[in-house]
Amino acid sequence: MTVDRSARTAAPSTPDGAASVVSMSGARLSYGDRVLWDGLDLEVWPGEFIAVLGPNGSGKTSLMRVLLGLQKLSSGTVRVAGAAPGKGNRRIGYIPQQRALDPTLALRGRDLIGLGLDGHRWGIGFAGRGERARKVDQALAEVGATAFGDRPVGLLSGGEQQRLRVAQALVNDPRVLLCDEPLLSLDLAHQAAVSNLIDARRRSAGTAVLFVTHEINPILPLVDRVLYLVDGRFRVGSPEEVMTSRTLTELYGTKVEVVRVGGQIHVIGAHSDLCEDTPHHHAEL
Amino acid sequence: MDKFFDFELTAQLLRLDFVVAALFAALVLGLLAGVLGPLIVSRNMAFSVHGTSELALTGGAAALLLGWDTGGGALAGAIVAALVLGLLSRRSSDYDSVIGVVLAFGLGLGVLMLWLYKGRSSNKFGLLTGQIVGQDFASLALLIGCAVGVFAVLAVIYRPLLFASVDPAVAQARGVPTTMLALVFAVLVGVATALGVRTVGSLLVLALMVTPAAAACRVTASPLRATLLSVLFAVVSAVGGIVLSLAPGAPVSAFVTAISFLIYLVCWGISRSRRQLTQ
Repeated sequence: MTVDRSARTAAPSTPDGAASVVSMSGARLSYGDRVLWDGLDLEVWPGEFIAVLGPNGSGKTSLMRVLLGLQKLSSGTVRVAGAAPGKGNRRIGYIPQQRALDPTLALRGRDLIGLGLDGHRWGIGFAGRGERARKVDQALAEVGATAFGDRPVGLLSGGEQQRLRVAQALVNDPRVLLCDEPLLSLDLAHQAAVSNLIDARRRSAGTAVLFVTHEINPILPLVDRVLYLVDGRFRVGSPEEVMTSRTLTELYGTKVEVVRVGGQIHVIGAHSDLCEDTPHHHAEL
Repeated sequence: MDKFFDFELTAQLLRLDFVVAALFAALVLGLLAGVLGPLIVSRNMAFSVHGTSELALTGGAAALLLGWDTGGGALAGAIVAALVLGLLSRRSSDYDSVIGVVLAFGLGLGVLMLWLYKGRSSNKFGLLTGQIVGQDFASLALLIGCAVGVFAVLAVIYRPLLFASVDPAVAQARGVPTTMLALVFAVLVGVATALGVRTVGSLLVLALMVTPAAAACRVTASPLRATLLSVLFAVVSAVGGIVLSLAPGAPVSAFVTAISFLIYLVCWGISRSRRQLTQ
């Protein structure tokens, strides 16, 4: 087993030769006795869209933190964009959980994107302002945010703020895009707009997407694979493989029913575990 | 009361060397406070600036009692306070109450030391309300030296510091060392606060460190424009406060706070009328 793992960490590649952008092997994360996940092997390929699902506290956000190098694995190995986590952050785009920005914050949309471009660099940043402005304008246009790019970010709607977040995360042409519940508290139209922007980029630029979400339906047509985390156990596979009554019953260790209605997936059972924030999305037993 | 508007007296006083030195000190202080202010405001650090300035007072009082230079004492007190407050996470729920606890104890200690001090009472009063006309060459040199130091550090860390201040989650994800920057910034604020304590006094440092920036953030959302306006407001408050205080011989701080508050009111009015226009 150990031999197998060490062999896999040496830059695995697809049959056509492309290297994976995220590579985890034998990854374990635990806080004391509590194991969030263990034995996690995951290769994410360029252009892949992976939904990370699971109940609250199953370690979805912790997985993001591990990939960003903000949290160390308890054991196992992880590589992101060809480097150890935390070293390759310039090639990672990150969209945080949707949280309303302070209405009095002295910051415009274009500043938010500009900071995504070079905010990590030392210095004041007066050099190259023209080039910077050009890139920011282009990023604003790509997400349809030109009209409100000069308004204070705190006064924008949640949907407008998330468009800016997408532009901010993509402005550096990342190889991996990590999204932590980017659709939370958006209405359906904005959910579709934001996820389509992300989808368009991964198709045009081969950006790999890891998308943490409570709710798979808004992104179901875009998802290549699902990583479903429950209580230290996990499953990786296509939505058809993972989102079945049998698999989820196994994962949750209790009777779970998966119903497909009108192209949507509804998970019934283990209700409080599944989705504490958005109970209206699930039928109750 | 008519002394308030004795412009001839004011003009005479403006020719005195120590007044010119005081105006120069106010200019430097206004620059410093104006540049740091928008970052303080966006980091929600007004209360921690207040705490730092109270502890600068404690340091100054200790220095007075021990017969050392009060400027150095205030500087030491403010830097220690800034480090203590900076080490606490500002996202932790007890951050505000911890500042309150440390501030109250430090202030109590300062009052005790001022009571124990048997020298000139104007020295004590000066720590509370400022004594910019007491600027001598040594204190001016300290002020300029510190200001140059603060600006030099800021020139290196400004962009990641702005990122960490306005967008901490993404800044951290991009590898910006947010914790380290918070500490460095706390020390910069401590230095500037200690210098402010000498001029406007510990009670009113907020008038220079926070009010001009808060006013600027009311009327613009561009970080660059907010900084420029904040510098302008702080310099006008500091220099204008001194000029107005000359003829009546009143404490500088009263005028500095009055001017900065007036500017804030005007900016608040502008932002309100703008919002009504867009609605």
